[in-house]
Amino acid sequence: MLEHMTPENTSPILSALNTPAIHRRRKIRVWVDRIAKHSMTFGGISVIIAILLIFFYLLYVVFPLLKSADIQKMQQFSMPAPEAGRTLYLATEEKNEVGVRFTDQGHIIFFDMHDGQVISNITLSIPTDVTITSFAVADPTTRIVAYGLSNGQALVLKHDYKISYAVDNFGKDQREIAPYLEYPLEKEPITIDEQGSALTQLDIQLNEDANTLAAITANGRLLLVSMVKQVSFIDESVTLERAIGELTLGNSKISHLLLDKDQRVLYMADHEGRVWRVDVTNKSALKVEDKTSVVDRNVTITAIEFLTGDISLLIGDSQGRITQWFPVRDAHNKQVLTRIREFNAQSTPITNITIEERRKGFVAADNIGQVGIYHSTAHRTLLVEPVAQKAVTHVAISPRADVLLVEDAQDQIATWAVHNEHPEISWSALWEKVWYESQSEPDYIWQSSASTHDFEPKFSLTPLAFGTIKAAFYAMIVAVPLAIFGAIYTAYFMAPGMRKIVKPTIEIMEALPTVILGFLAGLWLAPTVEAHLPGVFTLLILLPIGVLIFSYVWHLLPKPIRHLVPDGWQAMLLVPVILLLSWLSFSLSAPMEIWFFNGNMPEWLETQWGINFDQRNALIVGIAMGVAVIPNIFSITEDAVFSVPKHLTTGSLALGATPWQTMMRVVILTASPGIFSAVMIGMGRAVGETMIVLMATGNTPVMDFSLFQGLRTLSANIAVEMPESEVNSTHYRILFLAGLVLFIFTFFFNTLAEIVRHRLRRKYSSL
Amino acid sequence: MKKWWKSGDPWIWLTATSVAISIIIVAGLLVLIAVRGLSHFWPSPVLEADYVDYSTHKQETLVGEMTEKELIPGNPWLMRYLIKTGNRELFGLDFRWVLQSLVKNPVYPENLLAIGRNNGIDIYGYLTEIKAQNQVIADGKNAEIWQILNQRVERAITLNQQIKTITTCVQLRDGTLTTATNLTTEQCAPYYKDTQTQLTQLQQEIARDTLTIEIAAGETLDVAFANIVRVKRLPKSIHHVDYPEEIVVVERREWGNFYGYLQEIKENGNPVSTQNITTALEERLQHTSTLYQKIHTIEKQDIGAINHQLERLRLKERALELAHNKTGEPIDPNALAAIEADRVVLKADYDVLNQQLKQLYQEINRDSVTIKSMDGQVVDVTLAKIVKVYQPNSFTLSQKIGFYFAKMWEFVADEPREANTEGGIFPAIFGTVIMVFIMSFIVTPFGVIAAVYLREYAKQGVLTRIIRIAVNNLAGVPAIVYGVFGLGFFVYFVGGNIDQWFFPEALPAPTFGTGGILWASLTLAILTVPVVIVSTEEGLSRIPSSIREGSLALGATKAETLWRTVLPMASPAMMTGLILAIARAAGEVAPLMLVGVVKLAPSLVVDLNTPFIHLDRKFMHLGFHIYDVGFQSPNVEAARPLVFATSFLLVAVIVILNLTAIWIRNHLREKYKALETA
Repeated sequence: MLEHMTPENTSPILSALNTPAIHRRRKIRVWVDRIAKHSMTFGGISVIIAILLIFFYLLYVVFPLLKSADIQKMQQFSMPAPEAGRTLYLATEEKNEVGVRFTDQGHIIFFDMHDGQVISNITLSIPTDVTITSFAVADPTTRIVAYGLSNGQALVLKHDYKISYAVDNFGKDQREIAPYLEYPLEKEPITIDEQGSALTQLDIQLNEDANTLAAITANGRLLLVSMVKQVSFIDESVTLERAIGELTLGNSKISHLLLDKDQRVLYMADHEGRVWRVDVTNKSALKVEDKTSVVDRNVTITAIEFLTGDISLLIGDSQGRITQWFPVRDAHNKQVLTRIREFNAQSTPITNITIEERRKGFVAADNIGQVGIYHSTAHRTLLVEPVAQKAVTHVAISPRADVLLVEDAQDQIATWAVHNEHPEISWSALWEKVWYESQSEPDYIWQSSASTHDFEPKFSLTPLAFGTIKAAFYAMIVAVPLAIFGAIYTAYFMAPGMRKIVKPTIEIMEALPTVILGFLAGLWLAPTVEAHLPGVFTLLILLPIGVLIFSYVWHLLPKPIRHLVPDGWQAMLLVPVILLLSWLSFSLSAPMEIWFFNGNMPEWLETQWGINFDQRNALIVGIAMGVAVIPNIFSITEDAVFSVPKHLTTGSLALGATPWQTMMRVVILTASPGIFSAVMIGMGRAVGETMIVLMATGNTPVMDFSLFQGLRTLSANIAVEMPESEVNSTHYRILFLAGLVLFIFTFFFNTLAEIVRHRLRRKYSSL
Repeated sequence: MKKWWKSGDPWIWLTATSVAISIIIVAGLLVLIAVRGLSHFWPSPVLEADYVDYSTHKQETLVGEMTEKELIPGNPWLMRYLIKTGNRELFGLDFRWVLQSLVKNPVYPENLLAIGRNNGIDIYGYLTEIKAQNQVIADGKNAEIWQILNQRVERAITLNQQIKTITTCVQLRDGTLTTATNLTTEQCAPYYKDTQTQLTQLQQEIARDTLTIEIAAGETLDVAFANIVRVKRLPKSIHHVDYPEEIVVVERREWGNFYGYLQEIKENGNPVSTQNITTALEERLQHTSTLYQKIHTIEKQDIGAINHQLERLRLKERALELAHNKTGEPIDPNALAAIEADRVVLKADYDVLNQQLKQLYQEINRDSVTIKSMDGQVVDVTLAKIVKVYQPNSFTLSQKIGFYFAKMWEFVADEPREANTEGGIFPAIFGTVIMVFIMSFIVTPFGVIAAVYLREYAKQGVLTRIIRIAVNNLAGVPAIVYGVFGLGFFVYFVGGNIDQWFFPEALPAPTFGTGGILWASLTLAILTVPVVIVSTEEGLSRIPSSIREGSLALGATKAETLWRTVLPMASPAMMTGLILAIARAAGEVAPLMLVGVVKLAPSLVVDLNTPFIHLDRKFMHLGFHIYDVGFQSPNVEAARPLVFATSFLLVAVIVILNLTAIWIRNHLREKYKALETA
């Protein structure tokens, strides 16, 4: 404005204000103002964005869990060394550079996965007049396979890879992978059938203690040859003790044979669509446990494979359905092969099922050139996609489950890159009952890790969410009555002088570090409560009764005595009363335990009612966390009640209502939204509290609402497991998901509370 | 009564109860923590008691600090003591529970036994006699009484078993029980004939035997064997408690305390004759402790600095190598030679220091003292291993008070020993303070800028209101969520990338790609920034608009108004926000567990090695210390008093901070009230 002054208006003062120096100064000031404005805006917005980043970052980490699998073709080449025979089995090594093809003419062809060039072609030394009649793959992680021969013998071999590093011309390390074959047992074929009948089906498992081969002979017998290692006590030399079991099969035609890696159970699939379960624990006395029909009429079993861990069977049939089965104990404590779940995404006969080595996932190929990628625990079909024009005859997945090797009926081999990071997760795996391996029924279980690689991770968030709600529920039971009634009294009945002390005293507790509350709860309160359990419950009953009696007696006292305590200071009077009552109930505790509970109430609960008693249980959490949230609820409720406009209450009192009636009918009603928001905020705090639950419970993820059992909450679970979870693994992302759930939950409740409070404030100002 | 009920007064009393309970809880908590935390430093007397092991009939002496005593629940005649006996290398345990019978002069003091009965209550007493068919078959003097007792108990148990079998069989027959474990119809068959006679006979047989125990002076009790499930002889109980003045407590750097009696001082293994062993020991200890300080300085500071520099040289070399790998150009030989030269110099320095250390060690290990432990073993303790020696039973009150404060100082200023269960908590205090300091440094400017933007610059509309509510609510988001965010975003994402760009030579060992104090402070800054924003905004909103308008009317720009009038007036509010943020940050543990707190940090975050402040280091924290020592420690009994003391310190700091914040806030309110009315 000042710049546009006209000369007519210039006064001496104004002209003094319009010197060039002042102009310059003014300009600088305007600039400074602008810079301040922009930098403040920029700074403010970036801080706010930085805070909101939390939500998006959590989402960003969680998001990959929701993604499906995805495959991309890398290379295609015609089958290496086609003259060497038809493929029996395809495999790759860890680094996805070398593939191997086992043929029906006894050739083992190692080839380069990039272009299909043959690296080496090894011919097996088998007698000239003998043909290969069957083939078996042991646990894929061992890389052991076996050929069954027409003279009743079998040859066991292992494909392995030597990785070496050499420095190239440029001074960089170059990796070289050299494939080779090994003979874990003997270089010559071992005799399986003394009668010399051809082995039409074969399976093999080797481990440190025993080696077992199972075979079906052309003349209809099941043979089991087991070589148990015996270590001599004297010189520690190892000898193999051979045991042979035999079973005549009659007319049944067996199409598949599977031996588990512990060498305890043998499964056979026959042409009538039945699976035989044979107990081979005793190697020389085979026992058929049951024969289960696993497919519908007119449907045949086309592929059968163990899932990693060799507990579950995956059965693919001629209709393209894949079912998972494992033995389950029934009501009579008898194991029965049970159908667990099925996958219906493919519709033509399944030609081949191959399993992932480190997860409970598998890949199925079918007759029209499709492959499907599945995960059993999550019951998830991650992908079904065509990969060939004709039927896929063989499919192999690399040990890291990142490359597929596909051979089709046109003798083409293709490699496909697989992006399938988190197949273990689905809605049902997280929140619904899941039938885990070796469990007798579907259940909610959280068990994220174990020592073995073929462990089935159990990622059900339900028990954790349940624990969270349980802890919050018991905390609220303790906190809500104490805090709300206390706030009502403080705001409405208490003398102002006392209120000035009481309010900050209770509010200071909000700042008390929860680690201290947790420590006291775990190491002091828990043992104390366990030792005085009846006392705790007596106190619950004795306290209100005692106070009522006291107040009645007080009311009967002559006025001069009563007037010694000014109005609104009654709460002070009650402090000694409550202390006395507590002392009374706790000293009554021991005799009561003797009179009523056989001397030990926790033990009595267990024997009489079957209630398990953990020392660190929901009661302890409820009390400790209740104490932690009392100040939150108290403070907000007190504010809400205290700011109820005075003319409402005075009006009510003037109309003859008693103070209590005014309280109940006028004050609380008006302040109820504030009380509601207080409870919400307290709830939000109880849900997310970590240290108290971490220290005051046993952290066992059980689904039991019992007051005397422990629990594990989402937050404690994060604190316990996050430090040891591998970055970007499924487990890591699930823990982030738990964090996100907590975030959304508390944010939602807090926002709700905030909105309610805002409205209340406006209502008060209009009253 | 009815009128009283209708008046609503009882309800008011009940609401008053709630307040009273809340107050009791708060006060009780604070008192509990204060009493147990502060009493830890008071020198507790060391008792010496006769302690008889009756199974070997050997008289032993028990020496130790009495840390707890209680009556055994349900048995008012027995006292239980928790005694810290120390001398872990001799006994394997630091603590032991011992019983003391409150019965004065029992007739048979050796016959104390605990009887487990089928109603679940144990009873304790001195066995005086065993009766069968009202005939005394053994009395307390009888040497074979224990054998007889065991026979009788076994007999009673077998008989009870039989009775139970019969009743179960009867129930099976009657159908009240459908299945019974390990009972078949064949087994039951013989009991179905003359069941009642068999039962009565058994019951008569079992009721025949009784034993008599003395439970209080001269008061005896008969217990039927029918009710006895097990009997345990309690050979060990203490009596004749004494507090001799000459007992010494030797606080050691390793292996915890040693209790015993001073014997003699040795120099190079040869006894030294002294007039007064305690004063002589005191003098020598002073000498060793100065030596120890010297050794400590050399080891921690001088050698630590050399190691630090050597590590930097290694990284330099590795960086050169990496550059060579990347570009293919040959490594500059001059640079390598310089590194090598530096290394030689450092090695030489190290050798000198090592020589010094050797000498010092020789000197410090010269003296030792022999102490006789309670079981008569004589142990030789090198003075180098001793922190202090004292005789608590001979303390006068003023000595006790002096000891109390010395101990308290040690707690605050010393480093922890023995897996954090002894010594001080200085590194934890230091770590907490530094972390809070860095956090405040970050949180204050950002919080204030955001608040000023929201209140002064942003257009006050729906969006701003939503942002305000969102920011407000972030204060209620669980702390662990911030920890998860800090771990994923700061540690792995930001830290990982920083390592890739700036510290490739240290890889694969992470520098910033692992938890550290910087990330912990940043995480807590994000956690507490809503607190500062909310508080500052409140302060800004309380400033009367007349002040802003006045400033603007005088021609000041908005920035000047803010800088000269508004912000100075709002500074107490910012202060409040900062204090509340600090109080929250100091007590928060859950997020820190994910982003860089450790139970024992090898070195402090700030030291004399360049660059002096090591933001990538892990640190110790008071709150985590409480969690770790209280819950992860192998020796909970030993650690508990320390945890209480740590808790007290933390609570005291936080309560003081909060009270300050409240005081500032109230003060502020008064001030603006005055402004508004003026």
